[in-house]
Amino acid sequence: MFNPDIIKPENLVYKRTNVLTDAVMHYCPGCGHGTIHRIIAEVIEEMGIQDKAICIAPVGCSVLAYNYFNVDSLGAAHGRAPAIASAIQRLHPNHHTFTYQGDGDLAAIGTGETIHACNRGENIVIIFVNNGIYGMTGGQMAPTTLLGMKTATTPYGRCVELNGYPLQITELLADLPGTYYVTRQSVQTPAAVRKAKKAIRQAFENQKNHKGTSFVEILSNCNSGWKKTPVEANKWMEENMMAKYVPGDIKVDGVKVR
Amino acid sequence: MAIKGAIVIDTERCKGCSVCVGACPNQVIALSKNVNGKGYNYAEATKDDCIGCASCAMVCPDGVITVYKAKL
Repeated sequence: MFNPDIIKPENLVYKRTNVLTDAVMHYCPGCGHGTIHRIIAEVIEEMGIQDKAICIAPVGCSVLAYNYFNVDSLGAAHGRAPAIASAIQRLHPNHHTFTYQGDGDLAAIGTGETIHACNRGENIVIIFVNNGIYGMTGGQMAPTTLLGMKTATTPYGRCVELNGYPLQITELLADLPGTYYVTRQSVQTPAAVRKAKKAIRQAFENQKNHKGTSFVEILSNCNSGWKKTPVEANKWMEENMMAKYVPGDIKVDGVKVR
Repeated sequence: MAIKGAIVIDTERCKGCSVCVGACPNQVIALSKNVNGKGYNYAEATKDDCIGCASCAMVCPDGVITVYKAKL
């Protein structure tokens, strides 16, 4: 260990938040889910809303999210997290209900629930983790899979004739009047993580002020599904995913900015 | 006066993904030749150039890095 003499409580700059439990996450090494869990937990800690936060866990890789967040949680049926979050938030209007969903959950089986919850302008926070693939079930094509991208069910690459176009659900939701804040972030570099954390904070602040639906898409790698090392996967994401899914705010304070 | 930092890595929780290695501006971190209980080559500090910027901790998916910083 280097510089052991400065390892004292008064010199502490950063430590793992207590809003995450001590459970070791089951995610693959380098998976963005862990980082996203951590920054959500940090925002909850900074805002002091641990006793008011309610996590709705999806189906997919993050199905066990309730084991990692040290807040009240509920597991939803596949894709139905926004519907359950709507009910809980209506019953507890001063709590902070958020859903944590992947692209297979939110943009495939749960498209209907997502669109209607956003269109009703439910006062919930939706965290949408987009890695362009069904990670948990073995890397099948998802609605968000890029054209030409090879997956278990598109071994020659996704083609328009057979599989249609990648679904840009975030842009779609920004057109709905119920959404107040729609943004797309990523977590592959320290700067991107800080920006993503700021966006999540903004979403929870909007919820506190009863502004309507806040939707935060976060681009993440799926190194197992993409058959790459974590570092290569992050690079691939920057070069390919970000060309199609451009990061940045899409709707701020109810007004489209892009 | 110089700013010095130090990191403490929970090596048993580290999965050796090496995302922190590229995030460090001073190339302080590298993967160890040794493995932890799960068989991962865990990350470790290899020199004392750490400035306590916490970039490594920011990108660590498993939150295993604790960062300290002091003016000496």
